[in-house]
Amino acid sequence: MAEHCAVIGVGQTQHDAKRIDVSQYGLVREAAERALEDAGMTYADIDAVVVGKAPDMFEGVMMPELMLADSLGAVGKPMLRVHTAGSVGGSTAIVAASLIQAGVHDRVLTVSYEKQSESNAMWALSVKVPFQQGMVAGAGGYFAPLIRAYMKRSGAPEDTGIRVALKDRQNALKNPYAHLKLEGIDFDQIANSPMLWDPIRYLETCPSSDGACAMVLGNAAVAKKAPKKPAWVHATAMRTEPTMFSGRDQVNPQAGQDCARVLYKKAGISDPRKEIDCCEIYVPFSWFEPMWMENLHFAPESEGWKMTYEGATALDGDLPVNMSGGVLSSNPIGASGMLRFAEIANQIRGEAGEHQVDGAKKGLGHAYGGGSQFFSMWIVGDQPL
Amino acid sequence: MSEAKQPIKSIVTPSRLEYDFTPGIATTRFLRHMEEGRIVGQRCAECTKVYVPARGSCPRCGVATKEEVEVGPNGTVTTFCVVRVPSENIDLTLPYTAAHILLDGADIPFFALIQECDAADVRMGMRVEAVWAAKEEWGPTFENIRYFRPIDEPDVPFDDFKEHL
Repeated sequence: MAEHCAVIGVGQTQHDAKRIDVSQYGLVREAAERALEDAGMTYADIDAVVVGKAPDMFEGVMMPELMLADSLGAVGKPMLRVHTAGSVGGSTAIVAASLIQAGVHDRVLTVSYEKQSESNAMWALSVKVPFQQGMVAGAGGYFAPLIRAYMKRSGAPEDTGIRVALKDRQNALKNPYAHLKLEGIDFDQIANSPMLWDPIRYLETCPSSDGACAMVLGNAAVAKKAPKKPAWVHATAMRTEPTMFSGRDQVNPQAGQDCARVLYKKAGISDPRKEIDCCEIYVPFSWFEPMWMENLHFAPESEGWKMTYEGATALDGDLPVNMSGGVLSSNPIGASGMLRFAEIANQIRGEAGEHQVDGAKKGLGHAYGGGSQFFSMWIVGDQPL
Repeated sequence: MSEAKQPIKSIVTPSRLEYDFTPGIATTRFLRHMEEGRIVGQRCAECTKVYVPARGSCPRCGVATKEEVEVGPNGTVTTFCVVRVPSENIDLTLPYTAAHILLDGADIPFFALIQECDAADVRMGMRVEAVWAAKEEWGPTFENIRYFRPIDEPDVPFDDFKEHL
């Protein structure tokens, strides 16, 4: 890359089931202005705005970037909208980083959001496709059979998913922005919660949230003048595969494996389990933690569950995962990927508050979307690579 | 505060969406076969995999698929979930089983509904058959198949279908 890129400002909204106290404009501005303040800037300092969100049917507003242009201070500046389903928050950040790395701009504001209470995400995800029986009930209905396949293939203990959910829900109690904060949550509450899409239980499932996330990215010259410690982007990667082809491994998708491999190579990482200090990864249903631990090459195939079981992914483990409480605790879909990227940047900046991993120097942000077909990832570190 | 000064927190603006789908050549042929009560896929000349419903090209090899192959009507459940949560646009009695079904002769499973079977009895590897609507109701649509139901055959061993998960 020609230029270094660093995260110099991070902002997010309070995430909640219904943010009826703000409009869509207000929601994105809440995150954007917090990120600008964190970077010691105003909208006037920004060269370009890159915005992302998931399908327009989630709010019922077509091309919301048109109405957001002035809300986000983009008048007279370049503005781009990115869309790669649930991975969009990640790919939006990567597009913004590319503009810095390519030397096109010095300071880029990137924002992603979802205001799911304004429409019905499960309805939007269950629209009947021609030539399929109309019974795939939302994302849970799509992913539950894949989780069952993972359970069978790996022979993982049946309570692995409950343990992941318990960890993430306890982590969320340390995150002031989290949507779901279940005080006193315990193993039995999760185990006894109703099966929604058997084998997925209610408390192993992400909520539907309103929320936004924003970051200010800058080149090396800008980062050096930033009021707070920057998180340097060491590598970014995106990969795609078709939703359907014969022999497709939907439990451990090729695109995810390839994306992680090229990401580590670009970042000069040869042993990710040892060299990466912590991760924020996209886990909308608890069983995806062990599945992605394998896909991201942290564990051999069919052994990802052991990391959960042995406590490796806990806040005090050797590879903490989803210190913020993750997607299981806040899920404004379009923002969920960027929240992973921003949370990991804050870990490196030492700005993660109560859920800070002490001395985190290198971290992974990860998002996936569609039918596990879009992957976006970045590695950030405390020094330029 | 007077009513005029109360903030308006929400208004409802319904929107409706209908679309005309142009199926194209391969899907048109699939639908014409469905109209005759046959499930017909297409074989890729390079990797020899049989796709159903075929889209006219192999997503893996990127080549046009021309050879037609009749598949099913029996198949194997590769994996499934039991749905116990309602959705606005799905008119089925809860709980119901949504399964990936690999039709005999096909190399890719697709999502379908399992009925005439208690959800607790559905298994990976279970053998099923297509249950068709009454012939006079058949049209160029996948809906000619109402659902799948179990048949009295031994389960398929996991190793025989694990590449389709």
